[in-house]
Order: sequence, then C-alpha cells, then structure tokens
Amino acid sequence: MSILVDEDTRVVVQGITGGEGKFHTEQMLEYGTNVVAGTSPGKGGQEVAGVPVYDTVNEAVEEEDADASVVFVPPAFAADAIFEALDTSLDLVVAITEGIPTQDMAKVNKRLSEVDTRLQGPNCPGIITPGESKLGILPGNIFESGNVGLVSRSGTLTYQVVDTLTSRGIGQTTAIGIGGDPIIGTDFIDALEAFENDPDTEAVVMCGEIGGEDEEEAAAYIAENMDTPVAGFIAGRTAPPGKRMGHAGAIVSGSGTGTAESKIDALNDAGVPVGDTPAEVVDHIEDFL
Amino acid sequence: MRLHEYQAKGVFADAGIPTPGSEVASTVDDVVSIAERLGYPVAVKAQVHVGGRGKAGGIKLAEDSDEARDAAEDILGMDLKGYTVEKVLVEEAVDFTNELYVGVTMDRGEGKPVAMVSTKGGVNIEEVAEEDPDAIAREHIDPAFGMHPYQARKVVYDAGVDKAVARDVASVLTTLYDLWESKDASDAEINPLMVTSDDEVVAADAVLNIDEDALFRHPDLAEMEDEAAEDELEAKANEYGFDYVRLDGNVGIIGNGAGLVMTTLDLVDYYGGKPANFLDIGGGAKAERVANALDMVFSDENVDSVVFNIFGGITRGDEVAKGINEALEQFDEIPKRVVVRLAGTNAAEGREILNDELVTVEETLEGAVQRAVEYAEEDQ
Repeated sequence: MSILVDEDTRVVVQGITGGEGKFHTEQMLEYGTNVVAGTSPGKGGQEVAGVPVYDTVNEAVEEEDADASVVFVPPAFAADAIFEALDTSLDLVVAITEGIPTQDMAKVNKRLSEVDTRLQGPNCPGIITPGESKLGILPGNIFESGNVGLVSRSGTLTYQVVDTLTSRGIGQTTAIGIGGDPIIGTDFIDALEAFENDPDTEAVVMCGEIGGEDEEEAAAYIAENMDTPVAGFIAGRTAPPGKRMGHAGAIVSGSGTGTAESKIDALNDAGVPVGDTPAEVVDHIEDFL
Repeated sequence: MRLHEYQAKGVFADAGIPTPGSEVASTVDDVVSIAERLGYPVAVKAQVHVGGRGKAGGIKLAEDSDEARDAAEDILGMDLKGYTVEKVLVEEAVDFTNELYVGVTMDRGEGKPVAMVSTKGGVNIEEVAEEDPDAIAREHIDPAFGMHPYQARKVVYDAGVDKAVARDVASVLTTLYDLWESKDASDAEINPLMVTSDDEVVAADAVLNIDEDALFRHPDLAEMEDEAAEDELEAKANEYGFDYVRLDGNVGIIGNGAGLVMTTLDLVDYYGGKPANFLDIGGGAKAERVANALDMVFSDENVDSVVFNIFGGITRGDEVAKGINEALEQFDEIPKRVVVRLAGTNAAEGREILNDELVTVEETLEGAVQRAVEYAEEDQ
C-alpha cells in the first residue's frame, strides 16, 4: 500500500519539453511511472520520449484521463502553471520548481483553499511509492518497497535517510518530500495523517529543519492523533541565528521559535524520539518494527 | 535582499509616504553642506545592514555645523557590528510627540500577508512582539484581493492610534501594503512613524526587504544591491550563485541540498569539530560548479580541512568527481586536505574516477565527517 500515488496514477508532466522536464520524464518512465501526457504551450502535437504533448493541462487531463501532474516549469512561470493545474480535475499536483516568489505562492495558497486538488511542494524532490510510481526527481534505485513511511522538508536528506533504511533491509511505503519553502501545499500534518490512515505503514520517519513552526505543529498533531510510531530528525542544530541556510524556510529568527532545540523538544514531548544523526533515526525505526 | 534606509525611503517617498528631507553623503564636508542646506537640527545616520544602529553609535543628532562635522567624523568609517560605514544619511530631525510602528510582512504559518500597527514604535519591535504581543494589532490580508481600506482602518483603530492621526496612518499603511505587493517585498516597515505636534505623520525610518526569488521582476531594485555591504566571501558566493554562509569554525563543508548540508554541519559539531561554512552547490551541478565550490572554501583562510558530501539524485556522482579532480589537479600542493563522500546517482562511477591521491574517499557520511574533523585537528 501507499499514500497519494501508486501504479495506477496517471501522470502529466508540465513543462515536458524543457531540459529538466524531458530528462526526468525519461527517468520516471524508466522507473515505471505511468506518464500519460506532457504539456508545453505551443508545442501540442509533438512527442517527448513517446509521450504525447498538449498545449494545455486541461486538454491533457481530458484526453489521457490523467489524475496527477508534476511541474517542471521555470520559476517565473511556475505559479501560473500551478494555477492551470488547479483549474482541472487532477487529484494531485507535485511542484518540483525551486525559487518561486513567495507572494506568488500566497496567491496559489489562497486558490488551494477553493479547490479539491492537493498540491505538494514547491521546491521539493517529489513523491515515490517504491516499485510502483515516482513523481519527481528522486533517485529510484535507493528505494525499496516496505512498511515505513517518510516525510521530509529536504530532498537530499531524504535520500540519506532512505539509503540508511534500505541498507538495513527496511523498505518504504511512500516517501514524500514536502519542500523547504515558506509557503507549501501538503505539510507534515497532511502527510502524517495519510500515513496514519494507511494500514501498511507501520512506522514513520519525519525529517524537519530549522525555521517556521511546522514541526512544532506536527508534534502536537502526533501526540493527539497518531497510533503509528514516528521517529524524527531536525537539521540545522548548528545554524547561527539570522542567517538563511539555503531553503527559504531554514532561517532562525533568533526569538526562540523555529530553532532546532524548540522543534526537538516539541517532538520529544510528543513521544517522538529524535536522532542526533540520520543513522540514529533508523535505529529508532528498528526499535519500532 | 535588503535595501539601505535611504534607498527604501526613496521608494516610499515616490509612493507618497511623507518622509523628512534628506540626502546621502560619503564625506564629512558633504555631510556639513547637506546639513546647512536642510537646516538644523539634523540626524546623521549610518547606512549599513544592521539593526540597533542608534544604540551602537551609528545615529547622531547635530544642532549646528560643528556637531554635524563631529557626527560625520565619528560615524563615517566606523565599524558597526562588523560592517564599515561608507555612507550616511543626513536628515531633518523631526520634532515628534509620538512614535508608531507600521509594517507588512508574510505570515508563513498562515500563508497570508499580515499588516501590523503598534503605538509602541521607536523601539525594537521584535522585543515588543515577544514581551507584549497584544501591543501590536494585526490584520491578515487576502493576497488575491489586496488590502481593503476598511482593513487598514480596522488595524489602526485596533492598535489604539490617536483619532487625530488615524486617517493618515491608515493611508500610510495602505500605501505600504501596495508597495509591499508591487515590489515583491518580504518585509516593508516604518519604525518609527513619527507623529508631530501638528498631528502630521512622517516616516523617520524605512525598511524594505525584497524577495530574492522575485528580483527578476524588479531589475531597478536588483541594481540597488550593495555588494560592499557583504562579506567578501559571501559576495564571491553570490557571483558563483551558491547558497553560502560563513561560520567561525575550521572544517569547510560542501554538499548538495540545504537539508543535507545542514546535517553535515550538525555532524561535524557532533563529532567535536567546528563548521567553517555552509555551502550548497544545489541540484544538477556540473564539473565547473564543483571546482568553483572548492575555490570558495580554499579562499577561506580559517579552513583546515574540507568535507565534500554529495548524495546524487539530479546531481551525478561522476560529474562531481570530475570537477573535484580538475580543481585539485591545478595545485602543486593542495592547500587543505579534502574528504569526499559520494552516494546516489552514478556514485560508483564517480568513486572510480576520483583521484584518491588527491582526496580521501569515505563510504559513509559519518566516516567522512569524522575523518575531516581529525584532519582539521591535525592541521591546526
């Protein structure tokens, strides 16, 4: 089992004729993802890696009966591409694009509250149900099918933890990178809720980082609502206050909230063990299984 | 990107927010002649990107030309929290009866803009927010519609602003919101907004921080970026297009992806070392970019060893290895020992290519970090 995507998910790639769009379409097809269409305004009628290209998302969804999209559109046009996707019957839109202006995302966020479609990202590596489907840029070969769910704000940190899990023989139900931007669609709580409701997910890894208060809120959610055990990791313990560390969200205000310490404390209070190293997180998961 | 006060004030004044008469100067003589022109008293204010300038001696009042000269001599060239003051703003001093705070920022938790007004202006507003949060009135704004006039009035009344100036403060707030939106700002603030004895309002300070991701829409603002205000290495990182933060340790850290690089920093600390920097080469880096990253970290004289941590997804291990080899082969003697850990896409191919006479190759993240910490201790 899995959350959000599986082998039946029919995927549209927005921006399929661009360099990233084309390369990762090939990678996704190779992994077994059911990529049924691509879009690129003005390039309808072409094909990329055998996948038909349409001018609009609506056309692609109607013609190919798609239910999810992956956005590889450059930042200046990405919000528009997400709005376009949200104006269709898609269940899930995964935005990989990094560097979308925050005010654009605030407007997208407003639109999200009016539609049924789920957004994941932006600035995220995507989502993968090992052995079935991957939407995004995650390296498929390190994942194994199994019973641990993973949700993370950081792409490469996800890979690190997954690699450790897999090397110790622990497979994954679904891994989802929610992205490190200040305004995102799917957040920790959305993903944790989906894992809680998935009968095959027996334990969850949650990787957070400094900045914002999402981890603190997730901790409160776990304490109230989850029976599935969760182990955590928080990146940025050594980050100095006031500096932005790559992710827009990864900045410590210096006023006590959003620090690694406040996040670790909140998780510990919710009964979630937090590893000092990625390997230690996997130790905790081993204890749960 | 942070604008200087004089730049932000120019933007605010153009939009119709009342500001005191002022001019920028970089020499003592200019300060005095501007002060004569404006008329005394004047404020002489350091133009550097630090908070708390007043307390640190970066803002001085002058009643006459002697005082203006003294203030200029004190402030120009001074070191203010690590930044050298190269420019000052000379400004008419406002005779005020009251100081307000007015600001617009993004509330990331809500995913919405928020407009704020407080009658506790003129002090550190972050401290007010912490100690007396009710002293700041707030109103969330629907980003699709912008701020309605009634919302500006509501937040001004909620803050308890004197009725005599409420209408003018609401008008300033409306303009500030429109600026925040049209300039893709992350923060737009006036602290203090001074109320004069004639019940007029004047912006005595101006903060305008622009979302760097949106600079492509604002070439005029991008031009205002003051590279002199940055650390030399941070300016170089900007040129190369890296996310880079200089820290005070001696283990240089290069990796791909913010979360993994932060984790590498944390592990260096965990194993008893001290990170010298945060350097994220980003996704899909090619050989040249890898070489630039090494150049950056080697340029930092505090660095004693370097750990290069790559987990390839979109980034390919063989490209990274090629970059490391090319960068290091240029040296007769490599300035710092480099430990490399490659995993993920094409990692095996990368490890095959890596010249292990030039670098130490480690299989695991923990192993690589421990080795780099050891090297840093030995080379200290």
